[in-house]
Parts: sequence; structure tokens; C-alpha cells
Amino acid sequence: MSWDVVIGIETHVQLQTKTKIFSGASTAFGAEPNTQACVLSIALPGTLPVLNYEAVQCAIKFGLATNAEIASRSIFARKNYFYPDLPKGYQISQYELPVVGKGSLEIEIGDTKKTVRITRAHLEEDAGKSSHGAVENGTGIDLNRAGTPLLEIVSEPDMTSASEAVAYAKKLHELVQWIGICDGNMQEGSFRCDINVSVKRKGESKLGTRREIKNLNSFKFIEQAIYYETQWQIEMLEEGKAIQQATVLFNPETGETKAMRSKEEANDYRYFPDPDLLPLEITDEKINQIKESMTELPHLMKARLEHDYQLSSYDAAGITSDKHVADYFFATLKEGAEPKQIANWILGQLFSKLNEHNLSIENSPIKPAVLSLLLKRIQDGTISNNGAKQLFEKLWVNPELEIDTLIESEGLKQVSDSGLIETMIDEVLKNNQSMVDEYRSGKEKAFNALVGQIMKASKGKANPGQVNELLRQKLS
Amino acid sequence: MKDWSIKELSNLLREKKISSVEITTDYLQHIKKKNPEINAFITVDEGRSLDQAKLADQIIQKGEGDVLTGVPIAQKDIFCAEDWLTTCGSKMLHNFIAPYDATVVKKFNEVGAVNLGKTNMDEFAMGSSNETSYFGGVKNPWDLTRVPGGSSGGSAAAIAARMCPGATATDTGGSIRQPASLCGLTGLKPTYGLVSRYGMIAFASSLDQAGPMAKSSEDCAMMMNVMAGFDPKDSTSIDHKKEDYIKNIDQPIEGLKIGLPKEYFAEGLDSDVAKVIEAAIDQYKKLGATIVDVSLPNTNLSIPVYYVLAPAEASSNLSRYDGVRYGHRTSQYDDLMDMYCKTRQEGFGEEVKRRILIGTYVLSAGYYDAYYLKAQQIRHLISEDFKKAFKVCDVIMGPTAPSTAFKANEKIDDPVTMYLQDIYTIATNLAGLPGMSIPAGFVNKLPVGLQIIGNYFDEARMLNVAHQFQKATDWHKAIPEGALS
Repeated sequence: MSWDVVIGIETHVQLQTKTKIFSGASTAFGAEPNTQACVLSIALPGTLPVLNYEAVQCAIKFGLATNAEIASRSIFARKNYFYPDLPKGYQISQYELPVVGKGSLEIEIGDTKKTVRITRAHLEEDAGKSSHGAVENGTGIDLNRAGTPLLEIVSEPDMTSASEAVAYAKKLHELVQWIGICDGNMQEGSFRCDINVSVKRKGESKLGTRREIKNLNSFKFIEQAIYYETQWQIEMLEEGKAIQQATVLFNPETGETKAMRSKEEANDYRYFPDPDLLPLEITDEKINQIKESMTELPHLMKARLEHDYQLSSYDAAGITSDKHVADYFFATLKEGAEPKQIANWILGQLFSKLNEHNLSIENSPIKPAVLSLLLKRIQDGTISNNGAKQLFEKLWVNPELEIDTLIESEGLKQVSDSGLIETMIDEVLKNNQSMVDEYRSGKEKAFNALVGQIMKASKGKANPGQVNELLRQKLS
Repeated sequence: MKDWSIKELSNLLREKKISSVEITTDYLQHIKKKNPEINAFITVDEGRSLDQAKLADQIIQKGEGDVLTGVPIAQKDIFCAEDWLTTCGSKMLHNFIAPYDATVVKKFNEVGAVNLGKTNMDEFAMGSSNETSYFGGVKNPWDLTRVPGGSSGGSAAAIAARMCPGATATDTGGSIRQPASLCGLTGLKPTYGLVSRYGMIAFASSLDQAGPMAKSSEDCAMMMNVMAGFDPKDSTSIDHKKEDYIKNIDQPIEGLKIGLPKEYFAEGLDSDVAKVIEAAIDQYKKLGATIVDVSLPNTNLSIPVYYVLAPAEASSNLSRYDGVRYGHRTSQYDDLMDMYCKTRQEGFGEEVKRRILIGTYVLSAGYYDAYYLKAQQIRHLISEDFKKAFKVCDVIMGPTAPSTAFKANEKIDDPVTMYLQDIYTIATNLAGLPGMSIPAGFVNKLPVGLQIIGNYFDEARMLNVAHQFQKATDWHKAIPEGALS
């Protein structure tokens, strides 16, 4: 029996605003518990919410980046439920009229492109944190996070596998950082996903009953959880059992998903428009203003890199996976190096070094100007590619070293004097007559062997391009 | 005790004929004498009031200060006042010391007015008799066996018993106007959004509005000059141009068109009260006003609409009282759910629980459209009724309440009858319009209030209309027997 998997994702994106969504309290992570809880965060009697427009700007940017409808009028609603870390007894969210409507996001799985439709995105406030066992015989409540702005992004159930779901989550993760609305820090909970999974018999049009995997904050967990959940649902159905709609939690220790007690989810949230807040009105003028202030979107930049600089799709995708990488690329380009070479070096040498030292590109010891000069020295024939790699290692540890001096002191300068190279070629040809004969009889391999001999004779310093060219002339 | 008006006190203070400390001391002594009987105050803090008075005197000595500098007033206990016990009439907040000032309180502090104390009120402003207060009922100074009205019953009784010359109050369905009517006072509920709600403990956010209560229109106007104004801390506050409510208070009102809604004189209105209102209208005719008949056909729907919307908002607004962070928490509990249930069971009174239940019900899945949404639609129709009426008149007049003050315990076990107390006042809250009550006469020695409803932001005209009546009549000068002794 074969099965179709249907996946939709709700993502909570913590917006990078200085203050909370409805108050002036700071949103910085990691402060002492309750030191960032103002009178509003504690929900003292008489306090009132005032919308932070910075959060609205973030939502508009997201709408623009996903080619979505941006509502000229949206409504904040109260979602009512009791929980100790929800100080007002309700969460201010958006229900019937969200700020961002239908949009889409293009994802790539290998060479295949796919468009995932976005249903909506709405603004809401985060709750506080309950720390069970944080105080003796009880639960500690930290309200620092209460009121932090979130954008909840809801996708259509357009994904059909764990790898598509991960591709979507990664793409979204890249995008929200790219447009500067989220720091993307998944450990701190700035980007977390609820995954709705259902399965149905292949070709069946009616959707199966879904279960929602709550609060996943790593791509690995998303993949593992979906994999386990899918298998579990298929097994259930193959055993002839029915799936009950449920909210489930993923346990990273066991790799399993498990339904929460039904009591925990039996909520009637009694949504109604929040009478403390006016409808949110957004003019076209405001949208245009934000549009003009936004940086080029990654998919547009990728197309430009492919078209204007002839980068491969793979390289262009790599460069546009992160705004900082793109910034680094263009900074290096501005210093005069050649684009394809820059992309190769960033995605190869630089990335492996950054990974090795667990550094982000902004903190790379080798700055764009240095990389650019290094690449220019390859281009003008001063050093070989291998020589550049050796220099790169030195510069990583000692970025302030002067490249040209270093080339001299390390003896990496290539021999580009054609007279000198010709002398070496003549010498090698004289001592390797058999190889010359083999080449003349049509064995191309012998040519490479001869180049190897010449390079060896030059102790690796001869310019390989020149060696090639001159050798061909001699043998023709 | 002297029967001072705010205006007189302001003049005496600025002429330095009397000090704020002297006045404040007199009032505090009078409170000490009268309050045990009337129960109009929940909290009095003599030291703190006198400190404010001393400070005011220093300012006045320097020739500085505002019109209300040194004038003592009382604050309804619904307003948070920094370091003051702020209970909202509830056991739930019996121990809550506010760490910040409501905007209204802050504004009075800024002009140097003295806070005489926090006045009693129906629990969370839910009631029309002040009998739902955790701190006990308030007696009507005109007849101690009767209620002062509610929910601002403490503010009303305090002024009527001359324990203060004016007080702040709030009005969600009539809670300024009805007690003003029952206690022979002048009270104004401004246009929704004119006075900040920040720091005013919420009952029904889309209806709650703060306003002044005093003996005369002039005194209310002086208080309005302090209270009104845009507040960035309240998103529903309206950025309306700052007005001087005193400036044109003395304008003649000749040619004023008064609309009389026939629905306000229909069945349910006490016939003696009706006579007082008719006499007041005659007085206005003498002052040069003309009368037009208007109709507010959806008046009968205002109470059912209100008792869907107000409890819906209240059920959500009162969710924060969960025993977790402040206020009452039950002493013994097994787990979280047990703590919630016992805390709220013990902390809220009957009427509050009733409204939380109604509100939770009307917002529940499957009922929302039939109740909440339908009520919102009718609310719109009610606003339209007023819009039409104001095309043919300048102000609307009628009774404030269907009867004079009723006996304590008379209606407390019959909520629906109690709710009918607000039949003439609720519609203005639903429409967001300003409404006022002024003393218009007596029935069996009990005061009767005339209601004046104005168009949006027409408070200055309403105060002017009220003032002209008060220049021509003495009803607002009447004093309950023994109030000054």
C-alpha cells in the first residue's frame, strides 16, 4: 500500500523589535527573570496595550517578501485561556482579519523547484515562560518574554515529505533573517515550527486526519519528527485504526512523537476583537515607503548573480542563502576580484574555515579586501591557486600580514619569465624523449606528465598556464 | 462644615484667604465624622492628603499653580493611584497597592489637587446600588435607608454628605449619571475616548468612560479641564482639540433645540419623576429653548445588547485576576486548577460572577454569532438612532433614572429589575455619546436627575446648558439634612 503525506507548517517568528509589541519593555533575551516585565507585562489592573509600529513594519516586509496581500485593515483579537505564564488571561493575536493574507514562497529540493502557498501571517504577542522546578516545590514564572512580538506564518498543506518541509522551513528561516525581521536564533526560540501532518492513500483526494507536532526549534527535529509521525500514522492506518486529531510533542531523546493529554488542548478560546485596540490600518503609501527601504530579495538577487555574473545556480544559491554572505560577496567584488572566483572561494575555502571555527561570516578574520587582493594575485599570475591556499591559511591566523610581502617571504611567487620557462622546458624535453614520442603518437596523457615534470623542475613556481602554452608551441 | 463649591475653594485659595491644609483638614475631619455612617470611602490616608495640601500651599505661596491647586477631591477606587490601596470594590484586590498612577490621577496630581481618599463603588463597577462592594454598601445621605446608586455610589454619597466638593467617577452604563441623579448631584460622562482609561481598572473597555461628579455644572467643567485630553497610553483615546469647558459656560441658550425621545417617557417611568422632568423642560422653555419630539426606537434593545457586550468584555478583562501575580490568592489548594477556582470563587462577589458567566457564555463557540455579533449589529443601530435625532435637535433630554433612590436590599436579589435602573443611560454608552445628569427637583424629599445627552464632543455645550438651568434654579444647592453638621 502506498501513501501520500500532507504537511502544513505554522511558524512563530520572533520579530526583532527593540521593545515589546504592546509596551515599552525591552525584548532582549537572557535577562534575569522578570526584570523586563513592565506594568503591562505583569498585566496590572488598568494597564492598556499600545501597538508598537515597528512590529507592523516587520509584518509588512514579510508580506512584500512573499508577494502577499497586505490588509488595509486588520483586527487584533483576544484569545482567552488561563495559564500562569499568560498574565492577562488572554493573548492578543489576530483572528478573522490578519495583517498579511495569501502569499507564496518558492523552495528548492535538489534541482526541483516548488511553490508553497502561504495562507496568512498575523501579529501576536508571546506568552511568558513557566520553569517547572525553578523554585522549591513549584513552578517559576518569568514574564520577560510576555509581550514579545511574534509573526505567525501559516502555510497551506502543500508539502509532501520531510525534506520538503525542511526545505520550506530553511527557506523561511533564511528569508526572515534576510529582510531583517528576525535574528533566526532557533536555540533561543526566535524561530519555531508547529507541523501539521496527515497521510492519505495514494491518489485519494480527501485529506486524512491531521496531528499537530508542536514547537520544533531545529531542522533536524523537524525532519525526525515528521519521519516518525508519518510512519506512525501509516502503521495505524494499515492496522485499520483511525487517527484522532491531536496535538503531539516530539521527544528528541527518543525521536518519538506523543499526543498531549486531551485535557490540555480542550480549549474554547472565545476569540473576540480586542476593545482596547483600534483596527490596524495600513495605507498603500506606507507599504510603498517600506518597499523602497527594503533590500533586494534573495530570489531576485540570485537571478541577478546568475545573469550578470554567470554564477552557477548552485553558487548563486549559496551566496544568497544569507544576507551577510551576500554582503561579503559584493564587498569582495567591489575590491576588484572576479565574481566566479569569489563565489568559489567563499563557498569553498572560507566556508570550511568558518565552519571549522564555528564563526559567522561577519566575524571572519579575513575581510573582503584581503580576500579580493589574494584573488587578484592569482589572476595576475603572481601566485598559483595552491599558493593562494597556503597564504589563506597564514592570513586566517594573521590577517594583518601584508599579502605581497608574504608572497615574497614564503617564496610563492610564480615564475612567469617565458625565457626562463622555455629553458626549463627544453631541459625536460631533452631528458624525456620517450614521453615526447608517446605524445606525438597521440597519447594526451604524456602531455600532462611533461607538464608535471616541468612544474617539478621549477619547484612549483612556474606559472602553469604559461607552461601549458609554451609546451604546446614547442611540441607542435 | 461649610458647603464649599470647587469654584469657591479655588478662588479662596488663590486669594490666599484660606490654605489647602485648612480646607483639607476640615474635609478629613468631616470624613472621620460622617464616613462611619455613610461608608463612602474605602481608603482615607490623612497624612498623605495633608502632605499634598502642604505642597499645594507652597506652590500657591509662590504665586504659582493652577485653578485646582490645593483643591481637595476624592478618587473613585477604580483608579490606580501610586502607593494607594486600589481595590475596585473587590475582595480580589483587597490588598492591591497600585505601583503607578492612572492618567486621570496623574493629571490631578500635576495641577496640585489634593486626593482626599478612594471612594467606595460596586465591585468592578458592576452594579446600580453600590451594594455589590466587598467593602459594604454605601448609604444615601438623603435617606440612610436608601442606596446612593452605582457604581460610583461612594463618590456620589461623599459629595452629597459634603465629605468632598467633587470626585472622579466612571460610567459604563450609567454609573456616573444614575448615582448623581439619586444623590442630587451633577455628573458628566464624556464622549468615549475624551478622558484616558489608562490606569482605570477595566470593566467593559468599549463602554467605560471616566468623568467628573460635583454639585454644579461649573465645578464639573473645572474638573473636565483637568481630566480631558489625548493620552498616548490609551489606544482608544481620541486626539481631540483641547477645550476650555468654562469659557462659554455662561452663554445664553436661547434658541436651543431640545429633543425629547418619546421612548424615555413611556411605561416604566415613575409618574412623579416624570412630572419633575416635565417641569424642568418647562424651565428650559422659559430660558428660550424650543422642544422637538424625537424617537430612539431601539431604546428597548439597549439593555439586552449591553448585557451581552459588557459581560463579554468583562469576562475577558477579569481573567487577569487569577491569584498568580497580585491580589487575592486562596490559602489552600491542591494544584493549579484548584488554585484558580478557589481564588476566583472567593475573590469575586455574586454579581461579578454572574457577569463573567454570561460573558463567557456569549463568547463561546457556537454562541458568538447569535449573541456577541448580533449585539454589535444592534449597537450600531442604536448609534444610528441618535445620529438621526441629532439632525433635528442640539441636545436630548429626559430622566436619568426611572425612579428616585430605592431602599437598600430592595432590588439586590433581582438582577433584571436592577438592570432596568440604567434603561435611560445605557444607550449613550453604546453609542459613545456624552451624557449628563443634573438635579431637577424632588419626589418625597428624594432628588430627581434630569439627563442631558449631547452629540459627540459637545461637552462644552452640555455644561453650558446645565449651567443656565442651575443659574435659574436652586435644586443643585439643596443639602441633605444634617450633612453639614
